[in-house]
Amino acid sequence: MTIKVLTGNYAVAEAVKLSGVNLITAYPITPQTPIVEKLSEYVDLGLIKASFVRVESEFSALAVAYGASICGARSFTATSSHGLLYMHEMLWWVAGSRVPLVMAVVTRAIGPPWNIWDEHTDLLDQRDTGWLISFAEDNQEVLDTIIQLYRITEDPRVYLPGILGLDGFLLSHTSEPVDIPDEHIIKSFLKPRSQPYTLCGDELITMGNLPRARDAMFMRYDIHLSMERAKRVIKEVDLEYSKLVGRSYGGLVECYRCENSKYLLVGMGAWVGNMKDVCDELRDEGYSVGVLKVRFFRPFPYEEVVGHLSGIRGALVFDRSISLGSLGHLHLEILARASSIGKHTIIKGLIAGLAGVDVGVKEIKESTIKFINEIEELGYVKDSSEWLL
Amino acid sequence: MLSIKDLPKEKYVLPGHSACPGCPESLGLRFVGMALGKDVILVIPAGCSSIIQGVMPSSSLSMRVLNVPFASAAAVAAGISNIRGLLDIKVIPVVWAGDGATADIGFASLSGAAERNDDLIYVCVDNEAYMNTGIQRSSLTPYGAWTTTSVTGKKEGKKELPLIMLIHKVPYIATASIAYPIDFISKLRKAASIKGFKYIHLHAPCPVGWRFDPSKTVEVARLAIEVGAWILFEAEEGRVRINPPSTIYVDKSKRRDVREYLDIQGRFKGLDGREIDVIKKLIDDNWNVLLKLT
Repeated sequence: MTIKVLTGNYAVAEAVKLSGVNLITAYPITPQTPIVEKLSEYVDLGLIKASFVRVESEFSALAVAYGASICGARSFTATSSHGLLYMHEMLWWVAGSRVPLVMAVVTRAIGPPWNIWDEHTDLLDQRDTGWLISFAEDNQEVLDTIIQLYRITEDPRVYLPGILGLDGFLLSHTSEPVDIPDEHIIKSFLKPRSQPYTLCGDELITMGNLPRARDAMFMRYDIHLSMERAKRVIKEVDLEYSKLVGRSYGGLVECYRCENSKYLLVGMGAWVGNMKDVCDELRDEGYSVGVLKVRFFRPFPYEEVVGHLSGIRGALVFDRSISLGSLGHLHLEILARASSIGKHTIIKGLIAGLAGVDVGVKEIKESTIKFINEIEELGYVKDSSEWLL
Repeated sequence: MLSIKDLPKEKYVLPGHSACPGCPESLGLRFVGMALGKDVILVIPAGCSSIIQGVMPSSSLSMRVLNVPFASAAAVAAGISNIRGLLDIKVIPVVWAGDGATADIGFASLSGAAERNDDLIYVCVDNEAYMNTGIQRSSLTPYGAWTTTSVTGKKEGKKELPLIMLIHKVPYIATASIAYPIDFISKLRKAASIKGFKYIHLHAPCPVGWRFDPSKTVEVARLAIEVGAWILFEAEEGRVRINPPSTIYVDKSKRRDVREYLDIQGRFKGLDGREIDVIKKLIDDNWNVLLKLT
């Protein structure tokens, strides 16, 4: 075990180096670029024994990774924002083909106007593609989750691709101490590449020609079932990883001081760290507050979220993304299970930090106190969804 | 020289496929199978050949087939070729793409793979319009041709894709025609023996879109060469060579009248004398450019 001071991007590169990949391909985009540069260097120096394909676009990056993966290669790519949107069609194709593949998405706002700062809407725009979608809170979790995702995506109960989201600049360009596990430990943790079929063997297989409608619907259903099964796999893999490496993230969600809490802050990604600080301060000030970190957005952990939100007085849901004309993505997911959570719990959504607007301990704390006071005084909230402009 | 006796008798395109009567693509796919056999993995983007395969779980193609999104074929094949060495994979990735997937929507990924010199064979099966969506013009539709999006005849000429690929300086490029299977098969086999990016542009007259009788597909393809509108040539390491039978038609006087080729097709119906002169000039220009390169 080695501790290095790493940015989120370099934590991604270290994780890929440990994961025994056969092929890496990517197109540079801010703030993902240092991932591409570092991995290109590792391959050129012989530190990773893989093929590095320097493609002409993000669309081709995922297409190259797909071609390699469907023939049995463990592959990796990374992108951000417009690059992710440009490869959107390929995302569907990879998931529909049931090809395990791992991608890092350094989250970034979408233009116009051109904007390189952090926002989660780029990644959550991929919500329906059939990829597992996770968010990291810090650079240690970035490294650990990339490794975990190779195990999860290649599990026969899953066989779907997966994304790790890390906040642009907040994690990608911020240095933190990161513990790098020993190579032999990760090698034993990540078994040899496993996938449902390969197109480059002796058998003459056709992938993707026209279906009968019912067969195609069944394939969709099977992806849905695999998403459901992935929940158990994610928890198992996190547990096994913690036994080998000594770190656990709670699987699908992490509950921070939320036992017996009257109020919960709910969020995803880097600002969950700020929420935990706010929680500590408010606890000291006598508030009964906890934090529920949603680590995996797909599959969405309904059972855990319903379990934690049932019986509490209020949940304040933070979204760094927006489905324009509707609500924040996380808020929507939670409201979809509001009847299971129960009427006693008041759920409010807060749209904040879009386009890279700074949201720190101060803003989160003020919003939380306002939310709690309103419920304590009125017994309800005037606005169930609000923009923190 | 390869003879018909040397070709395998296996059926690579099975009876009952879903191509239209007189389809040049089903012919071309047979020739790919005959040339390269069971080692092939066909990478097929959206187009008529997505349909010709038929409905799963059956397939009319007795080859490995990977169907892929419209613009992605060259890149997917590049992914396969780039891990062949590492994973000890023997198959040969062959892109089988129409003119839309090659010259238009997929051009960036084609150009990218060519510039990287990825080790694969790219076949553009050119029926000169978007036939699978019902005959819309592409950048490879020739001047004057009717399509459903050029109802008064296309006003622009055909993009010179083989020359564009030649100038990418890849190890091998060639043109071919479904009327000359031995030439096409020989070129595929030569391509398979060369390392790096190989591009073959296959001229494929479509009876539905070009408006001619389905029994005349091969005849129309041959006429295209005899009037000089399609030229068979190849370039190894940039050295351009005209191939027979086009070698005869270097001499302009040996070419048949272009009107024989135009009149047999409904898509050129109603062209006036000026427009026919434009077509003649475009053909002469192509020859002049190509002969300067030989």
